[in-house]
Amino acid sequence: MPAISTASLPDIVFMLLFFFMVSTVMRETELKLKVTLPFASEVQKLERKSLVSYIFVGKLKDQPGDKIQLNDRISDVSDVKYFIFAERESHPEDEIPLLTTSIKADLETSVGTITDIKEELRNVDALKINYSTKKGDIMGNFKK
Amino acid sequence: MADIAFLLLIFFLVTTTMDVDTGISRKLPEKQDPNIQPPKLKEKNVFVVTVNRNNDILVNGETYLQVNELREKVIKFIDNGAGLGNPIDGAAPAECTWCEGEKDPNSSDHPNKAIISLESDRGTSYGMYVSVQNELVGAYSFLRNRLSKKLYGRTFDELSKESDNDPNNESLKAKVEDIKKKYPQIISEAEPFK
Repeated sequence: MPAISTASLPDIVFMLLFFFMVSTVMRETELKLKVTLPFASEVQKLERKSLVSYIFVGKLKDQPGDKIQLNDRISDVSDVKYFIFAERESHPEDEIPLLTTSIKADLETSVGTITDIKEELRNVDALKINYSTKKGDIMGNFKK
Repeated sequence: MADIAFLLLIFFLVTTTMDVDTGISRKLPEKQDPNIQPPKLKEKNVFVVTVNRNNDILVNGETYLQVNELREKVIKFIDNGAGLGNPIDGAAPAECTWCEGEKDPNSSDHPNKAIISLESDRGTSYGMYVSVQNELVGAYSFLRNRLSKKLYGRTFDELSKESDNDPNNESLKAKVEDIKKKYPQIISEAEPFK
C-alpha cells in the first residue's frame, strides 16, 4: 500500500485555519459571573455589534448578592458611568447617540440591581438599552 | 485528501453556531427636573401592573393574574377605544376607528392615551421582570400586526423588516410610522418601591 501523499496537507490546514479565523467570534471579555439569560419571545436582533457595550450582572461563585462585571473587572454600580464614558471615547462623535447598552443579567438577579444600573445610565444619558434574552417561551423563566 | 477536507469543512459548518445577540430593546426616559409636576392622567387610562417580591402580579391594585394571562388583559385595555384620543398630527381629537375593543367607558379612551405603568419591587426576580416586559411588548406587537394585516395585508414585523431592507422607500416608511402612531408603545416604569 503506497503512503498517503501529504503534499496537500498544508492546503487543508490553511483552509481550516482560515475557516476558524473567519467564523470565530473572539470573546473580548472573560466572563467571571454565572449568567443564565432569561427567555423572551418578542425579541429583536441587535444590529451593529460595534455600537453595543455589555454590562453583565450575575452571581459570583460562592458569594451572595449580585455582582456587576464591566469589561474584565467586577465593578461597582458607580463605575458604570466611567464605563460608558470610556465606551464613548472610543467612538466617533456621530455614533454616540446610537450607542446601545446591552444588559446581560442572570434571571435570578433582583430587579433592584438592574434599576440601579438603569439609574446610572440615565444620569449619563445613555438611554438606549437592551435586555439581553434568549428567544424562547417565557415559561422557561420559571422552571425550578 | 480533498474529501477529508470537505468533510471537515462541512462538519464545522454544521456544528458552529454563530450566536446572534437578541433582546428586548427599551429606551430609558430622560432625567426629569424633580420640580416638574407629572401630567394629570385619568385613572381609567392607566393600567398599573405591580410585581411584588414574591413575583406575584397585581393589576390595577385589585386583580391577581398569572403572567400568561397578562397579554390578553393588556390587549383589551389598549384596544378599548371608549373616547377621544390625543390629536394626531394636529388634527382634531378623534375616536379610535381602528380599535376593535369593547368600548367600555371604565377602560382606556384611546391607544395613544392608554398608559401601561409597570411597578416592580427591588426584590422581584429579573426573569419575572423580563417576562412581564415581554408580555407588554407582545400585546403591542399583536395589535400592530393585526392593524397592519388589515390595512396592508402584511404583518407589522414583515412591514418593518421590508422597510429596514429598503431604507429609501418613503411610502413603506410612512406606513410603518403610521402604525406606530396608531398604537404607540407607552410603557412607563415607576421607581421600584423599597
